[in-house]
Amino acid sequence: MTLAMAEQRVDARRDKAVKRFALTDAVFAGISRAAAILVLLILSGVAISLVVGSWQALSTFGFSFLTTESWNPVTEKFGALAPIYGTVVTSAIAILIAVPIGIGIAIFLTELCPRPLRRPIGIAVELLAGIPSIIYGIWGLFVFAPFVQTTIQPFVINLFKDVPGLSSLFAGPPYGIGMLTSAMILAIMVLPFVTSITKDVFDTVPAVLKESAYGIGCTTWEVIRRIVIPYTRVGIMGGIMLGLGRALGETMAVTFVIGNAHRISPSLFAPGTTISATIANEFTEADGELYTSSLIALGLILFFITLIILAIARYMLMRIGRKAGA
Amino acid sequence: MSSIYPRRKATNGIMMVLCVVAAAIGLAWLALILGALLYNGVAGLNVAVFTEMTPPPGEAGGLLNAIVGSLVITVIAVIIGTPIGIMAGTYMAEYGRFSKLTTAVRFINDILLSAPSIIVGLFVYELIVRPMGHFSAIAGAFALAVLVIPVVVRTTEDMLNLVPNALREAGTAIGAPRWIVIRSVAYRAALSGIVTGILLAIARISGETAPLLFTALNNQFWSSDLNAPMASLPVTIFQFALSPYEEWQQLAWTGALIITLTVLGLSIFARSLTGRKG
Repeated sequence: MTLAMAEQRVDARRDKAVKRFALTDAVFAGISRAAAILVLLILSGVAISLVVGSWQALSTFGFSFLTTESWNPVTEKFGALAPIYGTVVTSAIAILIAVPIGIGIAIFLTELCPRPLRRPIGIAVELLAGIPSIIYGIWGLFVFAPFVQTTIQPFVINLFKDVPGLSSLFAGPPYGIGMLTSAMILAIMVLPFVTSITKDVFDTVPAVLKESAYGIGCTTWEVIRRIVIPYTRVGIMGGIMLGLGRALGETMAVTFVIGNAHRISPSLFAPGTTISATIANEFTEADGELYTSSLIALGLILFFITLIILAIARYMLMRIGRKAGA
Repeated sequence: MSSIYPRRKATNGIMMVLCVVAAAIGLAWLALILGALLYNGVAGLNVAVFTEMTPPPGEAGGLLNAIVGSLVITVIAVIIGTPIGIMAGTYMAEYGRFSKLTTAVRFINDILLSAPSIIVGLFVYELIVRPMGHFSAIAGAFALAVLVIPVVVRTTEDMLNLVPNALREAGTAIGAPRWIVIRSVAYRAALSGIVTGILLAIARISGETAPLLFTALNNQFWSSDLNAPMASLPVTIFQFALSPYEEWQQLAWTGALIITLTVLGLSIFARSLTGRKG
């Protein structure tokens, strides 16, 4: 009699405990799911807030916002052509400089480097990626730009002054700051990203493939050129795109050395501006709704450009990841 | 056969030398930047930097309010961002490992991870600063929290995926409900990895300038009001470096040195925690 009652009590307590566990489990699962959904909402929130913020500028200027060069806060005439041009040109030059060097370092690290040095050098390159962009900016302004002004620019201007085409590309007084200086600093910043991703995808090449190529007498370069690079082409492209995404959105390093001039000049030595540098320089000083709205519209353009580039990059890296996993 | 062999060998030699040169350039650049930072930063390093407020133009002073401001904003950002990041990572690795939502979140998270930080600044400006009508430290913290989340999500998911399923099954077999298995088994096994993720996130945001420019703004004076603009080290460096005053430029270099040492120290410490990944 008493035994049965005690059993019943234990049963009831167990039921309660199980129910409580089920409830807390459901709550925990619900919270974690909500957090995952929140990550999705952040990206859409960014897109929506930028569209809302830039609505005034976009409805005032329409499509001509993209094709107008003038940027005049006094008459409130704004066009995004000069910043877009600056962003694309500096990033493209940065990638052109960084990609060969980055792939070179990756080859060095995977094929040539003596084993004991491999890890320290790899870490050093990755530390370069961790340095905040404002450090590159202050270094660029006080150390690199004066060096460019006194050494590189006079030399290059002299070298190409009689070559048609190139002479206008490298013309004008040597300011030190300008498009080319910004592109070179961007190249330094992008380099670690390109290097570490290229190195990672190089490591996915099956050893058997490389060994068979060496076995039939290929030199190291031939193995890289004919086996490693074709095998990892998609991954390398993904790494380059990721670096490009970085370069396009990079703000502080460029803001210091670009010169913030809203005009499109044929010379790479001339001051220019990029989307991010324009926003960083002018946002807090922007008076008037239309001015602020135009700056946010610039942000919207940058957002869409980088979104597309990064999505392509991730898609390519996912493909090489699947290949390595299979 | 023998006629093309010397040429192949020469090509190989040239390309290999070029690769060594590329590596040398990369390392030399790191050395140049760190060297310039040390040379210019150490010159202004003294006690006043850590005990005095940012000075008006042309006077001596320190960076105390900027350093404290940076600490406050970073701590709040981590407090907001870390739980969200860990929970989202937990969902992806534990509850929804094979769900469509996880694939989508992973893709979006990777994009957030490398999205331009100035865009995040604009987002928080629209979301918080404009409705509130003024710049504030809390808005700056929110902007940095948005940058913390993707880093923590990524490392939490990766680290939880490394925990062997046998451990989870053992927990379930002795009757533990799922969330207790996650809490006492999976989290414990992945602890050092998750902490690494948080440290890397702190390293990432402690040098961020762009998202603070139009959220936390700057403040020349001491402020502990989260609802008002607050100074931060990166924004102060930005303002001082572009100024024509020598004292300010010196402080900018010293501040840059402090940030770099902090960031490098954090990433080296984070690396030593996990040990394996190079």
